[in-house]
Amino acid sequence: MTYLKIDHVDKVFTRGSASTEVLKDINLTVEKGEYISIIGHSGCGKSTLLNIVAGLTNATQGGVLLEDREVNSPGPDRAVVFQNHSLLPWLTVYDNVRLGVDKVFAKTKTRAERDEWVLYNLNLVQMTHAKDKRPSEVSGGMKQRVGIARALAMEPKVLLLDEPFGALDALTRAHLQDSVMALHQKLGNTIMMITHDVDEAVLLSDRIVMMTNGPSAKIGEVLDVPLPRPRKRLELASNTTYLKCRQRVLEFLYERQRFVEAA
Amino acid sequence: MNMPVLKTNLAASAPMESATVVSLPMAKPSYMTTRILPGLRAVSARVVPPVIMLALIFGVWQLLCMKPGATLPSPSRIWADAKDLIIDPFFITGPQDIGLGWRVLTSLQRVAIGFGLASVVGILVGAVIGQSIWAMRGLDPIFQVLRTVPPLAWLPISLAAFRDSNPSAIFVIFITSIWPIIINTAVGIRNIPQDYRNVAAVVQLNQVEFFWKIMIPSAAPYIFTGLRIGIGLSWLAIVAAEMLTGGVGIGFFIWDAWNSSRLSDIFVALAYIGTVGFMLDRIVAFVANLATRGAQAS
Ligand SMILES: Nc1ncnc2c1ncn2[C@@H]1O[C@H](COP(=O)(O)OP(=O)(O)OP(=O)(O)O)[C@@H](O)[C@H]1O
Ligand SMILES: [Mg+2]
Repeated sequence: MTYLKIDHVDKVFTRGSASTEVLKDINLTVEKGEYISIIGHSGCGKSTLLNIVAGLTNATQGGVLLEDREVNSPGPDRAVVFQNHSLLPWLTVYDNVRLGVDKVFAKTKTRAERDEWVLYNLNLVQMTHAKDKRPSEVSGGMKQRVGIARALAMEPKVLLLDEPFGALDALTRAHLQDSVMALHQKLGNTIMMITHDVDEAVLLSDRIVMMTNGPSAKIGEVLDVPLPRPRKRLELASNTTYLKCRQRVLEFLYERQRFVEAA
Repeated sequence: MNMPVLKTNLAASAPMESATVVSLPMAKPSYMTTRILPGLRAVSARVVPPVIMLALIFGVWQLLCMKPGATLPSPSRIWADAKDLIIDPFFITGPQDIGLGWRVLTSLQRVAIGFGLASVVGILVGAVIGQSIWAMRGLDPIFQVLRTVPPLAWLPISLAAFRDSNPSAIFVIFITSIWPIIINTAVGIRNIPQDYRNVAAVVQLNQVEFFWKIMIPSAAPYIFTGLRIGIGLSWLAIVAAEMLTGGVGIGFFIWDAWNSSRLSDIFVALAYIGTVGFMLDRIVAFVANLATRGAQAS
């Protein structure tokens, strides 16, 4: 049974008389609990596709079905971790998470339960120690953790990650990737993640969706990553399946879809 | 190779050592020299120049107005004429003979009502306008024109509408100070980053929650800029309005003093008005600082 279905989605941006077709006939189905990565060159329309699933942008043609129901407006069932953390700077770490929790569980949880739930989620990403700090007082990696906690705390059906580790240094990134893998293992979320890091895609995903270059980007290829979980970054470095998958994605990106400069 | 280097080192360090032995105990820092003296120096650097300039200005003024035929009173004359007004702001000796502090408070009360209304209405209207590109395009030019109308020009209209001096004065304050508040709030709302709007959309905040939890904090720096300009304009407007509408305020006091040729009193009133206006500006700036401390994006 399909959980999330992206059905014949086209997206055309129109400004005045000029219009550009960014996405063309995107079809994808995602199973419950699956970890999907979308990879493609910069500007091909990855964020646009994620925003369509999130309901922040409307598809020009086609639509998105979640548990067989069409979704075309944003909601906490498709929580997003944004490319640049997007924490509200005037709220503390705790209050940033609490904002979503108060809305989503307004009727189903008491005040005390909501407080506990916020702390539980901050603990999942190891950020309880900084709960009373403002976003400007914590590091980039910590901000991204809070962004993940905020999204997780809404108990989304699908967790959408837009290059969640893009702005981080390599060490922090590896650390956070491990955290997200552990969380996925523990909570079994359905996750759709955008990335342009090949290793990240292979390490984390069950399937990798490779997009062709824009304009009119399509899904070029979908690759299964049949690696057992839990996965260990160090052991995989010499794993033949891992290397084969990695090779496959690299070939797609750098031979078949070479980045066209200043298109 | 090594030998000459060693030699020059020795030669250079010997006299230096003897010099430091003498100077070290003298330069030993104490609490007095590290903390109190620099602190005093910083304070005096800010206080001394204005005091000197003020003394100079009073001196020149005294010289210019000391001659027998001078049209304006000199500082010493003002002190002699209006000593009671200067030293005691809060005396009451008769229904019309009260200290300037009381008059300023009456004026401030009017400003509080007029400016308070302007703040509430201005922020609400600004928020609505900022949310709609169409309203912004349509109304912005109109506001830009109305903004430049001087406060007193509203007074006849306002008198005709309210037929009473007190509400008219309040209305003049309201209408003078509301434009910068509306315009700045609208610009602040326009500049709310799309990211914050996306967060609000995913969390599904409703209109009221969006207003309080996203719009106001995000636009706060802009809103306070508008409020600060607004309070300055209010204070300009109240004095002008009171001169014409009468009553107890500081503006009417000036008009009254002019009519009974008490020029010295007018100078004292001017000093009061300037000081209060300055304090109003500082208060709004202080509140703005408190309120927007966390709002800077990182
Ligand atoms: N609101 C918009 N109006 C017009 N064009 C847009 C709009 N949003 C995105 N585009 C265009 O759509 C294309 C895809 O943008 P998108 O942000 O989805 O790329 P991306 O794959 O996420 O890139 P990156 O990896 O750099 O984040 C770009 O060419 C961009 O210029
Ligand atoms: Mg993007």
